[in-house]
Amino acid sequence: MDDSIYREQIIDLYENPLNYGELDAPDWSYEEDNPLCGDVVRIEVKLGADGRVTEVAWRGDGCAISQASASILTEEIKGLTLDEVRHFDKDRLLELIGVPLSMARVKCALLSLKVLKAGAYGIPDPTHMREGGS
Amino acid sequence: MLDVTKTRADFPILQVEAHPGVPLIFLDSAASSQKPEVVIAAMDAYYRQMHANVHRGIYALSEAATNAYEGARAKIARFINAAEPAELIFVRNATEGFNLVAFAWGRANLQPGDEILLTEMEHHANLVPWQMVAAEKGAVVKYVPFLPDGTLDMAALPGLLTERVKIFSFTAVSNVFGTVNPVKQLVQMAHEVGALAMVDAAQAAPHLPMDVQDWECDFTAFSSHKMCGPTGIGILYGRRALLETMPPFMGGGDMIRRVTLAGSTWNELPWKFEAGTPAIAEAVGLGTAVEYLTGLGMDEVHAYEQYITTYALEALSEIDGLTLLGPSAQQRGGVAAFTMHGLHPHDIAEIVDKDGIAIRAGHHCAMPLHHKLSINASARASFYIHTTTEEVDKLVMSLHRAKKVFRL
Repeated sequence: MDDSIYREQIIDLYENPLNYGELDAPDWSYEEDNPLCGDVVRIEVKLGADGRVTEVAWRGDGCAISQASASILTEEIKGLTLDEVRHFDKDRLLELIGVPLSMARVKCALLSLKVLKAGAYGIPDPTHMREGGS
Repeated sequence: MLDVTKTRADFPILQVEAHPGVPLIFLDSAASSQKPEVVIAAMDAYYRQMHANVHRGIYALSEAATNAYEGARAKIARFINAAEPAELIFVRNATEGFNLVAFAWGRANLQPGDEILLTEMEHHANLVPWQMVAAEKGAVVKYVPFLPDGTLDMAALPGLLTERVKIFSFTAVSNVFGTVNPVKQLVQMAHEVGALAMVDAAQAAPHLPMDVQDWECDFTAFSSHKMCGPTGIGILYGRRALLETMPPFMGGGDMIRRVTLAGSTWNELPWKFEAGTPAIAEAVGLGTAVEYLTGLGMDEVHAYEQYITTYALEALSEIDGLTLLGPSAQQRGGVAAFTMHGLHPHDIAEIVDKDGIAIRAGHHCAMPLHHKLSINASARASFYIHTTTEEVDKLVMSLHRAKKVFRL
């Protein structure tokens, strides 16, 4: 039996997730569930004056894959600009997770990215606002 | 008792390997059952020897197809002891049966303020159509709660089942808890306040002897694919007097008596509710499936499931950190839903799959039920006439292995 999807790193992150929690006054906060299973992920992000991600936190309840994915993703986006977050490549996230996933489990793995992007597209781009001079 | 070695030989798919070298252990019959050889062969023979459109041709072949289709209806009518085959409408599945009643009956009969009574343990198929028609007609949907052991709160019923209730629709057997509800008593209570009673028999028809005249229900619906038949077909049963007064659900060919450019009149029962070319081969398949089940004997089927479920509940309850949902084996059908501490149902299902074991993980189309239990999901093993105690043992071993993978 091949349990390679549950390699050490995944179980470690499931037991001790990274960036788990909430932020004070985040620039955006977004939550969505996976209709296949009802799992929920909420991601909150704070941008710095330079428009880059300075703080990020997530909360949720789900399987080892969706939870590990949220830890990995939130680590990875620190320091990225809003535009870079909006264009974060799903294949890059799957590569970072690094375990073979069936189609159903890919949905678990990508739930956090879906939530992150929905939040990122839901707010006005602060650089554009500055350009707008308001 | 049912000879499980014999029934196993009836299901070709049990020869398939889940992964190379790993035999399939199929514990997800509650989602969709596997098909015995006789059903597959009957559909094959229909297409090879009999197919033409039904109720249309004058020629011999069309007559043969019509006889096969209507013959299937008669077999299924006997299987549920309906007063006559015309009370059985071929639909796509139980879901379509509920939609048909919610819309054809509901639109014509519900008034603002009327109440539709359901239970908190319903499958989405018996929730969503009612919510939709209630929103349209200004009716109110109410729910009978369930108790911590997964049985209905019978004490709450009298307060909910008032004269405002126009229809009480409930499941005969819960697809998560496995709870076998007291159908006859619930129907009677509905009738006492002048409400109609509809029974979700999707988890009952495959597993229990069914008698709609004994139940005295007004409507019931079930799906073929959960009872050894093909996908794409199911039955809505309705009492003739009610079906007669209901407007059609869908319009088209076969459901009309006469069509003019000014309007149409409807065909008689059951065809008034069967617009368009039906799923003929699938009806033939379902007809053969009920013959197969009748051959085994539904009392025997039920007794075997009680035996295997009792065995499984005992074996599962010995796993540390595993919590079973639902009542004791005496009160339930062949399903065992559970959660495990520190292990998400998806991960459980993924790990046991590596051992060739197919179980369901998720909310099993019963989100309100899981919400009330404050869980997002559960794992569910379901048993049928081909499940062996050895398969249950393998599930238990595999669950122990899952705990090890997660260092529990």
